[in-house]
Amino acid sequence: MAAESIELVVVTPEKQLIRQRVTEVQLPGANGYLGILPGHAPLMTQLGVGELSFHDTSGKESEHLAIISGFAEVLPDRVTVLAETAEFAAEIDLARAEAAKARAEKHLVSGDTNNDWDRARVALQRALIRIQVARKYRGTSVNSR
Amino acid sequence: MPTLLDFRRRIRSVKNTQQITRAMKFVAAAMLRRAQERALAARPFAKELARVLRSTMSRISEPQHPLLAHRPEERILVIVMTGERGLAGAFNTNVLRKASDFFRANKNKKISVIPVGKKGRDSLKKAGFNVIAEYVNVLARVDFATAREISALVTDLYAEEKIDSVHLVFSEFKTVMSANLAAEKLLPVEAIRIEEESAAEQAASKVDYIYEQAAERLLDKLLPRYVETQMLRAMLESSAAEHGARMTAMESATKNAGEVIDALTLHMNKVRQAAITKEIIEIVSGASSTA
Repeated sequence: MAAESIELVVVTPEKQLIRQRVTEVQLPGANGYLGILPGHAPLMTQLGVGELSFHDTSGKESEHLAIISGFAEVLPDRVTVLAETAEFAAEIDLARAEAAKARAEKHLVSGDTNNDWDRARVALQRALIRIQVARKYRGTSVNSR
Repeated sequence: MPTLLDFRRRIRSVKNTQQITRAMKFVAAAMLRRAQERALAARPFAKELARVLRSTMSRISEPQHPLLAHRPEERILVIVMTGERGLAGAFNTNVLRKASDFFRANKNKKISVIPVGKKGRDSLKKAGFNVIAEYVNVLARVDFATAREISALVTDLYAEEKIDSVHLVFSEFKTVMSANLAAEKLLPVEAIRIEEESAAEQAASKVDYIYEQAAERLLDKLLPRYVETQMLRAMLESSAAEHGARMTAMESATKNAGEVIDALTLHMNKVRQAAITKEIIEIVSGASSTA
């Protein structure tokens, strides 16, 4: 067994969000969620759109972040998350996310089959994850999606 | 001979100017602090990304990617970052001079430009350069979306082989008093800059990874990100340097205004004294003639 905890670093192009010791991390990998424990083999992955959560050294589950694509590098004692966008649940503007969701849905329903469709789909995905993370943190019920 | 009233007016007007320059100095100082903080905040990402990219590239025997492809530099695209406004001392002039030095050095190549910032746009357009795109009013509030937009444009042009290299001309923020003019090559992506890397980190980058995706595919995603980060860094540096230059310029303007006021006040007092002396002489001579 290597160290009891790993260093989690979450950075976006604009700022560094997290740099602290944690005991467990859940990452939204592009091919599905990854659970990382101390002493994990070196790994490199692309990130999808999803939720990142971690347990801090006191063992309780701490903050959730909405992550929108990027990369993660896992080393035995260190997890580096290079996210394009990362927001703490508390920082998410729920109203804006809802508006974005409505907009994207409208686009999808309108049925244009040009490349806008892909963009709308991604936008919808982003909005949904934001809403999901924000709701979970605020203790409201989450619709299963 | 200017009268007392003329002096009072001039002093008042200089004082007004001084108040404006002083206010501008404080605004620039506040903006500078913010720009500096953001430039600092963006550093960890750039550093981590460069490390991840380097370790990925070292693991692919011959990295093949459109953004890595070297071609003879015949068609050069230059991104020139100036300020949006003047009153920043020699800031804009310096950047433009650096750019024209660059143009002169590559005079027999086909050059096109993308100005970022209003001042550069105006001057480059007037000089008749081939302006591919322009970005104005983006440096006041630098955000990643703009950096990404510009990067997407140039990486597309590069991948389509419409241009053979992309250079950035901008001011690197050093201190408030001085900026370092930089001309950097953005594309093709060359040796990746390593910033203060410890031996431990170097050892760590030698580890073999489990790849969730093929390394080539990762590279495909990492390289554009890297270009975006470079662009963002240049924009943040440039905006910090602009505010720094403006702050210095406004400080010296305020000081100069103070000197002008002092000189004018001295003059005004001399004139006032001369007038009083003249009056006394008139009264005395008038009194002696009637006595």
